[in-house]
Amino acid sequence: MLIDLTEEQALLRDTCRQFAARELTPNAKRWDREHRFPAEALKKCAELGLFGVDIPTEEGGAGMDAISYALAIEEISRGCASTGVTLSAHNSLYCDPLLKFGTAAQKERWLKPFARGEKLGCFGLTEPQAGSDAAEQKTQAVRKGAMYVINGTKNWITNGPVADAIVLFTITDATKGVKGITAFVVDTDTPGFLRQKADEKLGICASPSCTIFFESMEVPVSQRLGKEGDGFKIAMSALDGGRIGIAAQAIGIARGAYEEARDYAKVRKTFDVPIAQHQAIQFMLADMATELDAARLLTLRAAALKDNGVRHTRESSMAKLYASEMSGRVTDKAIQIHGGMGYSKELDIERHFRDARITEIYEGTSEIQRLIISNALLK
Amino acid sequence: MDAIFFEPSEAQALVRETARSYAQRVLVPVAGRLDRERRFPTAYLRELADLGLMGVNVPEALGGAQAGAVSYALAMIELAQGCASTAVTVAVNNMVAETLVKFGSPELQSRYVPELTSGRFAAGSFGLSESHSGSDAAALRTTARRDGGGWVLNGSKQWITSGDRAGVIIVWARTSPAHGAPAKGLSCFLVEGGASGLTVGRHEDKMGLRASSTVSLAFEDLRVPASAMLGAEGQGFAIAMSALQGGRIGIAAQAVGIGTAAKEASIRYAKERRAFGKPIGEMQAIRFMLADMETELDAARLLTLRAAGLKEAGLPFTREGSMAKVFASEKANRACDVAVQIHGGYGYIDEFPVERHYRDARVTTIYEGTSEVQRLVISRDLLGR
Repeated sequence: MLIDLTEEQALLRDTCRQFAARELTPNAKRWDREHRFPAEALKKCAELGLFGVDIPTEEGGAGMDAISYALAIEEISRGCASTGVTLSAHNSLYCDPLLKFGTAAQKERWLKPFARGEKLGCFGLTEPQAGSDAAEQKTQAVRKGAMYVINGTKNWITNGPVADAIVLFTITDATKGVKGITAFVVDTDTPGFLRQKADEKLGICASPSCTIFFESMEVPVSQRLGKEGDGFKIAMSALDGGRIGIAAQAIGIARGAYEEARDYAKVRKTFDVPIAQHQAIQFMLADMATELDAARLLTLRAAALKDNGVRHTRESSMAKLYASEMSGRVTDKAIQIHGGMGYSKELDIERHFRDARITEIYEGTSEIQRLIISNALLK
Repeated sequence: MDAIFFEPSEAQALVRETARSYAQRVLVPVAGRLDRERRFPTAYLRELADLGLMGVNVPEALGGAQAGAVSYALAMIELAQGCASTAVTVAVNNMVAETLVKFGSPELQSRYVPELTSGRFAAGSFGLSESHSGSDAAALRTTARRDGGGWVLNGSKQWITSGDRAGVIIVWARTSPAHGAPAKGLSCFLVEGGASGLTVGRHEDKMGLRASSTVSLAFEDLRVPASAMLGAEGQGFAIAMSALQGGRIGIAAQAVGIGTAAKEASIRYAKERRAFGKPIGEMQAIRFMLADMETELDAARLLTLRAAGLKEAGLPFTREGSMAKVFASEKANRACDVAVQIHGGYGYIDEFPVERHYRDARVTTIYEGTSEVQRLVISRDLLGR
């Protein structure tokens, strides 16, 4: 009924927490300012098994579960939200579809080294004209013998500038709507795979993303994930898990803001007392802590359902929606508690605030989450 | 403990089903009328006692269901969906029975708890608040003076749920002067309903929970034996806080139930009501309101069941109980407000249930610790005192 973390889950969480405090928190501000991809830190994440948290060990992963994954992403994001999303995209959006839909041969080449952390993956669904309305895909894959020829554009591709392979969504039959979408796994050094310069963003500045052009890129049939027309299903399945990752990321960001605000309130004085003695500040902190807990419970519930093999679309959406909007509120209050210092780049608070903002947008905007939840309610 | 709440056990699911079935079958059809007529749900309370719901977390030896704090929260969510007035009456009865079990002498327990759990007492009452002492409970003025082998109580209480119906009332009184530490001089007594010196005063005319009875009580030289004391002399404040910790889970659950009823009514209405040629449930503005209600109520439920789970495991749950209470009560109010909006004019009249849900929800951010008191409790826990 009331399930405690297993020893293994608690150990992973504690390990990630210590790792984040030691390796990520002290550097995250600099990486953000320099837009520096934390390659070295990610190597250490790989050693901790964070490149394939809930991927079975025989496929190169750590063989843990979705709860462990959510806990790990929260801890990593508490240190550095950019590192958090790099791992979340790699685990949920790249490795998970390979695990679920890849053939044995595909897993050998495109899952194992990735889950082991030797290589990094990305996910190509969004296009300039297809964000929330993912069915509006324009990237085309045309079958020619044993090959598909792919032309089109993807954008906002997290890990795009640094990834070794992509799970790519294309249209193979424009007359069939979402049933005409087909997925592939493609190496990023394939001729015709043209990455553009990294995006300039408001936050998660150490997580590189970019636009990718595909110009007559030839991909063998053997690199198709699932059958023709399975693409949309594969994308939605990946996003069900991905939303758990982003919810956990949002919680990690908010927890950083909350903990720093709480500690600041104990030392900062106004009117002769620490501001933590003012009820206005106490109540903000109480609300921040309460909402953080609510978000974590929703997120771990979704993860637990995933672990039990139960459909968790609605619960993942609730977790993602609530956690991301909570993160916006909590980081906003953290700035308020810090006053001018919260607005200064000297502290981490303004970064948390900027980093939180994206969580309401990517892997399904808040509006898309509300669509999913209300569809389930009103069906 | 890093609690992850998941599925209820079979036994817990059974309690929930029992409560759900009764609430939907019996309470839903009559709740509007009970509210309009301000009718105390006497007969229903007796039936609920037969189902074990008047002492869910009370040992079987004392007539309880011994089903634990989680079952209690699950039952309360269901009952409040049927009738919030009945639910709060049940909640207070459960809280009184649990407090007796925790702090009463074996004699008090064996004499009174079975009366509460069996329905032979219509209800139990909890007498802490006074006219000038709500959130600041230690400021209460009722006194208990030693007299021979017993105590003599003088003073008055206010907002006493079921106070006119109660077989027993737990009464807090000052047994030694405040002297700068007001919480230390309070003690706790069990008073029988109908005791000599006890007068039931005004029946409050409330905005909501109109089928629950709320009265003031006056004590004039009311004598109780020494054996009527719960715990030790001076332990009263600690007993009150302990009881309220558990009580907050009950009120959080009640709030989740009221909010859920408002949400369910809104879903039904949104599918039927048409505007601009289609059901309003097809419009995004309405759908998104429903999505937020569902998400917030689910989070509230998880917080509530987490607190209940901690209580059941014998672990501290002060902070978690307060989090559940403040979150659930405020989200229930939001849900009810949105439900009225979705219903338009029909949400403002008593022909539809959401008007009652809206009124019933309002008190949940006030009683058993206002939202402000919950935030105090939480922030003290976060910051240290």
